[in-house]
Amino acid sequence: MLLFSSSRRAAGPAIIAAGLVLAMTACGGGGADGRAAGPDTLDPNADLSKQKLTVSNWDGYMPEDLPEKFKAAKGPTVTVTKHATNEEIMAKLTAGGDSHIDVAFVSGQFAQALNEQGLLEPIHADLVPNLKNLYPEAGQLAFDKGNKFSVPYTWGTTGLCYRTDLTGYTPDSWEDLLTPKPQLAKKVTMMATERWLMLPAEKSLGFSANTTDAKQLEQVKQKLLAAKKTLLAYDDTTFGDRLKSGEAALVEAWDGWCPTDDPKIKFVVPKEGSDLWVDTMVILKTSKNKEAAHAFINYILDADNHSWAADNILYKVPNAAAMAKVDAKVLETHPQLKMAPADLLKNEVPVDLGDAAPTYTRIATEVSAG
Amino acid sequence: MSATRTPPRAARRERLVGRLATLGPGLGYLTVFMLVPLALVLGYTLFHRGRFGGIVYEASADNYTRVADGLYLGVIWTSVKIAGITTLLALLLGYPTAYLIAQLPRAWRTVALVLVVLPFWTNFLIRTYAWIILLNSEGIINRALTGLGIIQRPLELLYTQGAVVGGLLYAYLPLMVLPLYSAIERLDPQLREASANLGARPARTFWSVTLPLTLPGALTGCVFVFVPSLGNFVIPELLGGGRTVMVGNLIRDQFLKARDWPFGSTLALIVIALLVLLLMAQAWAARRLTDGTDRA
Amino acid sequence: MRRSNWLYVPAGLTYLFLYLPIAVLVVMSFNAADTPYRLDGFGTAWYGKLFADRAVREGLVNTLIVAAGATALSTVLGTLLAVGLARYTRSKLLDAIAVAPAVLPDIVLAIGLLAFYTAVQFTLGRHSILLAHAVFGTAFVAAVVRTRLAHVDGSLEEASRDLGATPLSTFARITLPSLAPGIIAGALLAFSLSIDEFVIAFFTTGPDNPTLPIVIYSMVRFGVTPEINALATLLLAVSFTFVLIAQRLSRLTESI
Repeated sequence: MLLFSSSRRAAGPAIIAAGLVLAMTACGGGGADGRAAGPDTLDPNADLSKQKLTVSNWDGYMPEDLPEKFKAAKGPTVTVTKHATNEEIMAKLTAGGDSHIDVAFVSGQFAQALNEQGLLEPIHADLVPNLKNLYPEAGQLAFDKGNKFSVPYTWGTTGLCYRTDLTGYTPDSWEDLLTPKPQLAKKVTMMATERWLMLPAEKSLGFSANTTDAKQLEQVKQKLLAAKKTLLAYDDTTFGDRLKSGEAALVEAWDGWCPTDDPKIKFVVPKEGSDLWVDTMVILKTSKNKEAAHAFINYILDADNHSWAADNILYKVPNAAAMAKVDAKVLETHPQLKMAPADLLKNEVPVDLGDAAPTYTRIATEVSAG
Repeated sequence: MSATRTPPRAARRERLVGRLATLGPGLGYLTVFMLVPLALVLGYTLFHRGRFGGIVYEASADNYTRVADGLYLGVIWTSVKIAGITTLLALLLGYPTAYLIAQLPRAWRTVALVLVVLPFWTNFLIRTYAWIILLNSEGIINRALTGLGIIQRPLELLYTQGAVVGGLLYAYLPLMVLPLYSAIERLDPQLREASANLGARPARTFWSVTLPLTLPGALTGCVFVFVPSLGNFVIPELLGGGRTVMVGNLIRDQFLKARDWPFGSTLALIVIALLVLLLMAQAWAARRLTDGTDRA
Repeated sequence: MRRSNWLYVPAGLTYLFLYLPIAVLVVMSFNAADTPYRLDGFGTAWYGKLFADRAVREGLVNTLIVAAGATALSTVLGTLLAVGLARYTRSKLLDAIAVAPAVLPDIVLAIGLLAFYTAVQFTLGRHSILLAHAVFGTAFVAAVVRTRLAHVDGSLEEASRDLGATPLSTFARITLPSLAPGIIAGALLAFSLSIDEFVIAFFTTGPDNPTLPIVIYSMVRFGVTPEINALATLLLAVSFTFVLIAQRLSRLTESI
């Protein structure tokens, strides 16, 4: 422990310098590789019971008794703080200084942004043996190929969720949402969060879900404004209830949020393609408990622990061993969970938009105010 | 007399101690928890957002040119319009109600007033939620109308600007009735009787006596309804279905979603400016009204 | 005085408008089915669900803690402020500062406080909401107490001073007791405003310990659940009881 902390102190200035260089090169767009900057030397035999972890996660995104079980199994005490949105945790982590957070759960494109700022500790694969449980596809995500600084926790896609009895046909295209048949007018909802607000129009027009081209974005905006006329509401949270009550017949939905346990409700990924969103776990460079942080991630990747997410939040996990353990009944009522990783990877992974992010915000405002 | 008993310097010191002891804590608190925060908001308007939502301290007027953009002016105009219509409707419903309550026998007056305020005491969000149940396409009103065969397809009631106005009106109507009631109640009935005795018709008495005398109360009520309506973001979100954006939604989103605090602060400053203008107009109108009646 | 009968029409509309949604909430709270929009038999299942809901219970406790603390703080600050403004200054500016929190739109105060708490790196939680609520609480208490001060005869205080009492004992023995009804009314107002306040709490809350309005907001946002109907009915019943008690009390004091 003493050895570890003194080596850390020596490494301090080097890390700061490396961070600065990284932050500069990151602006040039070159995928900065944290590993090259010289990570901390971590001690695989460190006494974990002397380390304390602060983990920030979305509410209800991991089992409530996980910290206790982890302490019993591996030693470190875990304090969980919650964040409501990616933006909230990003603000905390990029505020400068030590956030005192060791492990954070963030979506892939935000992990990428954190890494470009030099804020993340590279994942020491040798301390996370359970990485072997992950599908090979989990290492091919555009924001972090090879899981250098992030470990995927859940992944999934976005599609159309609909009531077979109310649509009267089988929708298969984003156009079913954007220019609905007359009987579905005012019976469709789209998501309000900007990346997902834009997704249907981007895909329908054949653009990338990460496009930053001004002309393409203008077309996307026009398409969304036109679609607003037949839209019931923008909704990120209650579209499932709307389908159940019959208020809506067809909604844009994340796969895990489509209530297919109701036999009248089905989910489909439109033929134009969709996104592959990923929520990841990252370790902060400022962490003083990096061995415990790795042990925590490794513990989550244990098949029994990781399958909890699929069973309870109904999101796919990129963990072959965990998916094999998912309750058969859940798989039957939520067939979206069975989607093959190779099929999932055909969709586009959202990456950090860099300087184009405010343009997306602006278009979202123009559409909802228009 | 007391000046001769206590030496003037001691009296002055006593006053100073009294002033500090009474005004000090409250004003100190409001300085730290209101004036400093407002000054921060004012200061932030000069800076801009960093790439990940921080604040970059390079002064410029960019936020102000950005507000002048059609998009944001449009949202501000929509907000003023929605809050204005809400206020007008509140006045149209609230005035006759307050007028009637003031004419009820004393015992009934209290009951009628309590009944106006009572809904105000359930949570504001629950009152808004009630309208979702009522207006929904599968909701009570649409079910009743289709059930009675009056309409074939459900009416589009929820997620419209009309729903937003209705929700705001519902939330703030009591704030119109109360000041109106106290203005009307204070009216000297002899004034109206005199007017009637002089041969004026009731309508003329109302227009030339009652209305001018109760206008200050009406103005207060209008401010009470307009101000919270203007800054509201919950009702446009829940009853507007994200299809109506008011300036409150913009500010909320700039602070909590886009994390552009400087621009969000600029929008808040516009709201404060509108409010100050409104209060000045109200003070001016009230002064003119009282001047006019004094002379008459 | 003759009443104008046609006034019953708009006034009736007002009451219908005010009570129709509430009636719907109350009726639907006894819905046996779990459909939010259709009535399907009588049942109290939603009340059972509500009482079992930990988030609602904890939210209620947090709300009461915040409201009690904010009320205590605002009552002391507001009362002193009212006396100071009435007796020790004629400054229009200070008057304006004292009423400002009551006039400012919630969202402006909310973002200002969020910016402030962030700037001084103050951890957000129940205490940050409490301090925020004391801002408008102080303004309302001061306003109510000042109205009372205007009706209080200053000659008693003068007499007390002339008889040689120290300013402090004059304040404690004469001023405060004569202001008591105003102080109590102001405190009740601050308390009920804090209990219902959402916007400022929403911006200044931490990740844990949300107040009841924040809990209700996420319930409404994440789905239409009849549990809210049951909660609304209970809140109404509580307010109604309070009104009744207040009425009785005021009648009692009047008869004395």
